[in-house]
Formats: sequence, C-alpha cells, structure tokens
Amino acid sequence: MARAAASQTSVGADHIEERIAVAEIDATGLQTKELNDQLRDLLLSGIKKVNIRNVCGQRYIGTRLYTPEHLRMEIEIFGTPGNDLAAFLYGHKITVHGNAQDGVGNTMDGGEVIVKGRAGDVLAFSMRGGEIYVRDNCGYRTALHMKEYEDKKPVLVVGGCTQDFLGEYMAGGIVIILNLLDQTHKANFIGTGMHGGVIYLRGQVEPDQLGGQVEVTAIEEPDRSILDRYVSRFLERFPEIGMSQREIMQSQFYRLKPKSKRPYSNLYTY
Amino acid sequence: MKSFVFPEFQIIRDEEKCGQCRGCERQCAFGTHTYDPVADRLISDNYKCVGCQRCVIFCPKDAIEVRPTPSFYRPNASWSREKLEDLKKQAETGGVILTGSGNDKPFRIYWDHIVLNASQVTNPSIDPLREPMELRTFLGAKPDLMDVSVKDGDVQIKTQLSPNLMVQTPILFSAMSYGAISYNAFRALATAACKSGTYFNTGEGGLPHEMRAEFGRCAIVQVASGRFGIDAEYLNCAQAVEIKVGQGAKPGIGGHLPGEKVSAAVAKTRMIPLGTDAISPAPHHDIYSIEDLAMLISALKEATNYEKPISVKIAAVHNFAAIASGIVRAGADIIAIDGLRGGTGTAPKVIRDNVGIPIELAISSLDRRLRNEGIRNKCSIIAAGGIRCSSDVIKAIALGADAVYIGSAALIAMGCTLCQKCFSNKCNWGICTQDPRLSGRLNVDIASQRLSNLLSAWSHEIAEMLGGMGINALESLRGNRDHLRGVGLYEWELDVLGIKGAGE
Repeated sequence: MARAAASQTSVGADHIEERIAVAEIDATGLQTKELNDQLRDLLLSGIKKVNIRNVCGQRYIGTRLYTPEHLRMEIEIFGTPGNDLAAFLYGHKITVHGNAQDGVGNTMDGGEVIVKGRAGDVLAFSMRGGEIYVRDNCGYRTALHMKEYEDKKPVLVVGGCTQDFLGEYMAGGIVIILNLLDQTHKANFIGTGMHGGVIYLRGQVEPDQLGGQVEVTAIEEPDRSILDRYVSRFLERFPEIGMSQREIMQSQFYRLKPKSKRPYSNLYTY
Repeated sequence: MKSFVFPEFQIIRDEEKCGQCRGCERQCAFGTHTYDPVADRLISDNYKCVGCQRCVIFCPKDAIEVRPTPSFYRPNASWSREKLEDLKKQAETGGVILTGSGNDKPFRIYWDHIVLNASQVTNPSIDPLREPMELRTFLGAKPDLMDVSVKDGDVQIKTQLSPNLMVQTPILFSAMSYGAISYNAFRALATAACKSGTYFNTGEGGLPHEMRAEFGRCAIVQVASGRFGIDAEYLNCAQAVEIKVGQGAKPGIGGHLPGEKVSAAVAKTRMIPLGTDAISPAPHHDIYSIEDLAMLISALKEATNYEKPISVKIAAVHNFAAIASGIVRAGADIIAIDGLRGGTGTAPKVIRDNVGIPIELAISSLDRRLRNEGIRNKCSIIAAGGIRCSSDVIKAIALGADAVYIGSAALIAMGCTLCQKCFSNKCNWGICTQDPRLSGRLNVDIASQRLSNLLSAWSHEIAEMLGGMGINALESLRGNRDHLRGVGLYEWELDVLGIKGAGE
C-alpha cells in the first residue's frame, strides 16, 4: 500500500500539503496495474513526489498520470522498471536508480526521464517533447521517428553508445550520443529515412554505417552551444561519472542531419 | 520529354449554350479551362482534365460534357489501355505510380452475389413504421458470463463490464485524417457523427485542439505508425483509441502525406514542421510481434485510465484471421478489418490494385475463427472497405460484423466523384485538399447534413430489410448466415462465406 511519509517536521494547516509531499510505494509483488493505480491515486490526492521501492518489471510507470488539470509529479524508481516506462508521459519527472528496459519514453509528450544505468531497445520512440538522459548504453532502434513542432523539441542524451537503426525516420528533436567510454560505434543504418532533427555523435562512424538520407559534418558554433547546454545538464544528473564538461567538449563531435526534409519526393509519378 | 500518353477525357462544350461566364475556369484547379479574350471563348485542354465533373455540375448553362475519350489504342485483351498508359508514364518518369480512392479493378463483388431472406406467411414480417426496430449497437468486449443480483425486483450487474461504444446505427465514419482531407470535410464528418449518434475516426493526423471539447464525444482517435499529433489529451478526449496497423488500400506499406499538403494548420495538428513529408513507416517500429502489440494496447489502456475501448485496425490479407485471433488475445476490444476495396488518400497503384482480400470473405472467416476459438465475445468486429449501400451493411452484419466503417461512401455523400486524384491537393470538390481556395467550397453545414441524411436513409432501409426478415433487433441478425444465400458463386466461395446457394 502507498503510504504518505512525513518528510518535513513543520506543522500547522498551512503546511499540510508539504508535510505529506513525499509518498512511498513498496512495489514488491505488485502487478503493473496495481502499482499504476496507486500512483494515480497519489497524483489525484495532490502528492508531488513519490519514491517507488523494489520495482521489478512493472510496466507503463508514469503512463496513467494525465489529468485535465495537468497535475505534475516527481517519481523516483528504485529497482528495474518494465517496458514502456514513461510512455505518453505528460510532463512528469521520473528518475530510475537502476537499469530500464525497452520502450522508455515511447511517444513521450513532455517531462523528464533520467536513467542511472542502461536502457533497452526502442528508447525515445516517436518522442515529441521533454528530455531523456541515459547514463550508460542503450539498445536497438533508438530515437526512431522522433519529431518536433516549433518550441516542442525532444532531447535525448545517452552517455554510452547505441545499437543499429539509431534515428531511423527521425523527423525532429536532438539526439546526443556521448560515447563516454570511447567505444567504437557499432550501430548500422543510422538515420535511414531521416527527414528532420539532428544527431550528434562523439567519435567517428564510417559512411557505410549511415543511411542514404543523412549527411555528416563537423559541428559548428551553434551546435557547440546546444551540446554545451545538454552535456552540462547530463553531468549534473550523473555526478558519479566524474568527467568534466571541458574534457567531453574537447573531443571530436560529428553532426548528422538529413539531406532533405522530403527524402522521397522524387519517387512517385501520377 | 514528350509524353506519349493521350488524354483520359474528352470535354465537349456546347458553344451555343456557353455564356463565357468563365465559371468552369474558376472551378477547375487543374487548369483545364482557359478564356481566350481575343476569340471571346473558352478553351478546354483535355490533357488536364481528371474527370471530376465539377465544371459540368456547376456550369450554369449546362454547356459542358466530360466523357471518357473515344480515342483508343488497337484493342488488345492483354494490353489494356490502362496497362499501356501506366507503362508509358513509368517509362517517362521512372516513378512509382500513385493513385487515390479504392481498388477499381473488376474483382468479384460478393455483395452483388448474396441475396437476403424475407418472411412469408410463417414468422410474419414486422412493420418498422409501426414497431420499434433496434439498430443500436455496442462495440467492445463483452463478458464471458454476466453475474447479476436481484434484490426487491432491482437487477444489478455485478460483473465488471469493459468500456463499450454505443452507436445508434451500425455505421461509423472510417479513418480519414485531417491532412488527407480538408478541415471542412473533417469537421463535417465530426458534426454528422455527433448528430447521428455514431462516431468519426480521426485517422492518424491528430485532432485539432479547438475541436476536442465539442467533438471528442463522438471521436475515435487513431494511433498509427507515424504517431502524429498524439498526446495524452488527444487520447483522453475521445471515446475510443484505434491502433492502425494496416489499411485495405495498402496493406503492408506505410503512408506518406506529401509536403504540399502539410499546411500550417495541418503541421500544428500533427505537430511536425510545415512542408515536411509526413512519413508513416510501414510497421510500427515498437510492434514486431503480438506481444509487442499487447504492450501498446496495454499502454493505451493505461494512458486512458482503462476508460476507453481499444481498437486495432488491420487489412484483410491471406492469414489475417489467425493474426486477428492473436490481436483479440492481446487485449483489443474492437477489430477493424479493411478489405481489398478500401479507400485511400494516396497509395501506390500496384499495391492498391493487387494486395488484400475482399471484405465479404474476410468478415465471414474472421467471425467463424473467433467463434470456433470461443473468443468472439471478447471483441467487436467493424468491417470496412467497399461498403456502398444499406444492403452491403446488412449483409456484412449477417456475415458476422458488428458494425461497418464507411469512407468512400461518406466522401461521395459530400460530393466526391472518385476521380482518384486525392494526392494532388487540387480536389475541386474541396474534400481532399489543403488549398483554402478549394476547401472553402465545402460548406460544413451542408456537407454534414448530406452525411446525416445518408445515415438516416440507410438506417431506415436497414430497418425495412430487418422487418422484412421478421427480425426486430440487429443483434438477432449478427452472424445469422441463414438469412443469406449465394447466387452465381463457386462451392469454395459459399464455404468461405458460410452460406448456402440460393434455392437450397
């Protein structure tokens, strides 16, 4: 059962909201739906922060937290959340103390997800707003069909490397692959069908690893300021990495952009 | 390069009737008619005409006639004119031939080979003008068993029921996205659906924000592989969510809204930049298996707080019934199947004309499969693709569908003439275009009235046919193949349809 833990000692009617501001859920033995039922109840009761302990494979955490009033919540997950963490996430903040599985941030609308470990396949699929920070590596099909509209621009920063199909059909947003362990990029088919957005890669990729719709260039000044902003946010979230901003920014970055925003316009006749 | 394709249509102008008002010139976005001020007469270019008949209908003097061109290549049963011309176009451009609307090839239309029953003497027919006829239909999962308690004559349902959609008539508007069709056409569908007690389907182009409060109550919102315009508010404002896996006009391939049609308002609704191609990949890249589909179904149930039925739309293809069984087991509340003749805003012609199976056969085999597996109650079936009239609807229901989607029929009600140029952004009828000059031609009030009239007419006809069979509720006809007989069909076709031959 969820219990509201007293996190502050202040008393008095004015402070009641703050007094029960942090709730705890013990996820031991809870089914996905039971856990998410509790999370939603807490959101509706006005709780702003929840720690979920002993999470083990429960899916869709954060997905059922849309309210017409746009209530917001901060969730800390201890353990390993299941697939589709933060799917359709609507402005909440989720921190995972551990690894995440497949589908993190699927069609995410806004908010922030921090994974203090690795993430699985289909990370940030069709993400359309908010920010995701993954400390370590992630799997296949990362940032597929990510898209943006005006100031709604999703951002994904990965500390390690990704597998194949990174940024396929990408239509917007910013993806930064920091490759902090200086691995050789193994991903193939990067940016196939890409028609919007930008991918920054630290370390080199060979031309045969890229889809035909992508062009690779060195970064320029505007790119540098984007990288500066998100690398510093990344380091703030993962102080355990123990690297400095300068150290990272000194290394060679490459920018991957689509050659056209209409890659298939010459394919057809009438 | 000089094109070797000759015009499809011939425009005949009665010069005596023509008043040089230049109305035809204004009506045609393809630039077919131009005014020659020196000769003070209008000149028509047959090459530009798409045969949409807009100028014919709107000529105040009834002076124009558009007919298929009498020119012909030497007749050849193998090399039809269409085959020759498609080949020439490809030789001239090297491109994939695009087209719009549904498959126009002469595949057997089973509706026209199935006849309905009627009561004679025994089990007397029912007069729908005098007796109540129940067309109301509930779409969604039904429980295996219903547990009720009766206390002091009050009946209470104890079983937890799944969310269902209630329609007053078993006809819903099929998915047609804002972007593919104009704002006015989209709004007309929404208005008519709300007025007639049924639902419209947003397709995958999102639902404009200003329409959500008013029309969310009669909307089914779609989640397709492009995931355009999807946020939690979009999902929650509607009454059901449909995962689009396939479309009858183009099974197995994705979609592609050309940049020309991505106007500022379309871009805002889809949440993509102005003028980019809106590309829907062929598969959902987070769904490579039934288990993955189950995950998206569950994620959508979570995102909508278990308050909405989730539909999965697939194209009817060879082994679809087995897949549909998996879809039901994955937790879908509704399965929409779209047959060979389903329409489209744009599809490669080779796909539209050659992939998929007729919806009549598909309905029957799906219904039978789910019954045999004992899971028919777990989902409703909406049949789509080639429903042209009320008798098609009633035959679909007798073959096992719960309701039907109409797409082309709804567009035709608004003025569409199936000219198949939906991808051009030049629809003269204002339906399939984002050009404000053209879309302004479609009056929302009039178009929605035409749609409501259509639903009302079909519903009356369905009630008449039901009454004639001695049935007073559509529910009693569902999957009731005894009321159908086949005419001019082979044994295997009768077997797949699960009906007897006429006279048997």
